[in-house]
Amino acid sequence: MHDVRLVVNTVTHERRVEPRISLADFLRDELGLTGTHLGCEQGSCGACTVLVDGRSVRSCLLFAAQLDGATVDTVEGLEVGEDTMNPLQDAFARHAGLQCGFCTPGFLMAATELLALESKPTEDHIREALSGNICRCTGYQGIVEAVKELGTATQQQQSGATATDATDPRT
Amino acid sequence: MKPYAFELRIPRSVDEAIETLSEHGEEAKLLAGGQSIVPMMNLRMAQPEMLIDLNRIEELQGIAIEGDGSLRCGAMTRHRVLEDHSSVRRSWRLLDDAVPHIGHVGIRNRGTIGGSIAHADPAAELPAVCLAIEARFLLRGPRGSREIAASNFFEMTFTTALESDEVLTDVIVPPVPDGTGEAWIEFARRHGDFALIGVAARVAVDSGGSCTKATLALAGAASVPTLVPGLEPLVVGRRADESLWTDLAEHAAESASPRGDLHAPKEYRTHLIRVLAERALDTAARRAEQAGGDRYA
Repeated sequence: MHDVRLVVNTVTHERRVEPRISLADFLRDELGLTGTHLGCEQGSCGACTVLVDGRSVRSCLLFAAQLDGATVDTVEGLEVGEDTMNPLQDAFARHAGLQCGFCTPGFLMAATELLALESKPTEDHIREALSGNICRCTGYQGIVEAVKELGTATQQQQSGATATDATDPRT
Repeated sequence: MKPYAFELRIPRSVDEAIETLSEHGEEAKLLAGGQSIVPMMNLRMAQPEMLIDLNRIEELQGIAIEGDGSLRCGAMTRHRVLEDHSSVRRSWRLLDDAVPHIGHVGIRNRGTIGGSIAHADPAAELPAVCLAIEARFLLRGPRGSREIAASNFFEMTFTTALESDEVLTDVIVPPVPDGTGEAWIEFARRHGDFALIGVAARVAVDSGGSCTKATLALAGAASVPTLVPGLEPLVVGRRADESLWTDLAEHAAESASPRGDLHAPKEYRTHLIRVLAERALDTAARRAEQAGGDRYA
């Protein structure tokens, strides 16, 4: 058994864990954070994507016992107030970036990492960055549009000027 | 699915890892990024009794460009770190081309160069690239340290010269020779999949526009990554032009005997070798021209 101390969505947790418990299972079963989903447990589908120390990872391929001292961000940490979605989640909803919602937490965390690293990603870059997440429902277009909108919005907020991206039909 | 129960050790030094490996021999596996071994454990295709986690060992981290221009990577260097490293990308175009093809972002955030090389999947990018860039691997075990060339390292599918009580600690890549360009190209059915065929090409062009050397390494063509043999006599006296790439690619396709499997019949893999080798050689030669200002006819 291993003693681990993790900060999950800014809350510190100390637990004793068996080596074989994945980070995904730890989040879901030990902490009750069931927003992180298990699609394949192979690292192929991305539904289990969370951020560990700011970087997107497949939580099904990490063992909680490896992560003493780590910071973990999950989809539950995205809300900006009680029952209030953050701008990315809101954009997903408005652009039909989800239907059944099973893949959505993984996409949201992957997109969160992308937007932290690249404030105004092109569509190609968005598709590349999200290529590790699989969706069976939406056909991806709404997801891409939602992330694109966030990029544009960030640019406008930062510069105070109108976005002049020639490839974006909205500007 | 969930893995069988196992014991986890988290050493703080390479020596501690080696000690643990020596004690537990065949029952222990080293855990690097985990992006290959953990899926196998989740499927119960791999059932190690112990995992030795290398992620806390500082001496396995770090990238440096040495005084002689060679690249030295700690074995635990994440793919993502290589992908973002501007000096590496500028100086080793094969790494710049190939690393973004490794899985997806989440995989590259954890996966490591040492793990990929030690795992030795014949369809993986880095083992084939290491052949073309003449990488050397530093191994350390209870009997001491040794250095081994990539061309002597890969023995069979998932089997390398690494002994069961050794740790791969560093990857060393010599500088790209003057007048040499390099390129990676692969074909996979979906972006991020293992390649059906991947080709690493290096071409050296002299100031008169003659090709002085060509190298081709293949991923997915055999049970190990392979250097295409017999290219040297084919480039003698030849200009660096499309007819040479066609001939070299034809030779590569003929000298390989890829297997057919559920992903592609062998005829298709052979076809891919021919097509991709030609394109990779062409790109490598154009880059040789750009790098050294050599004339490319």
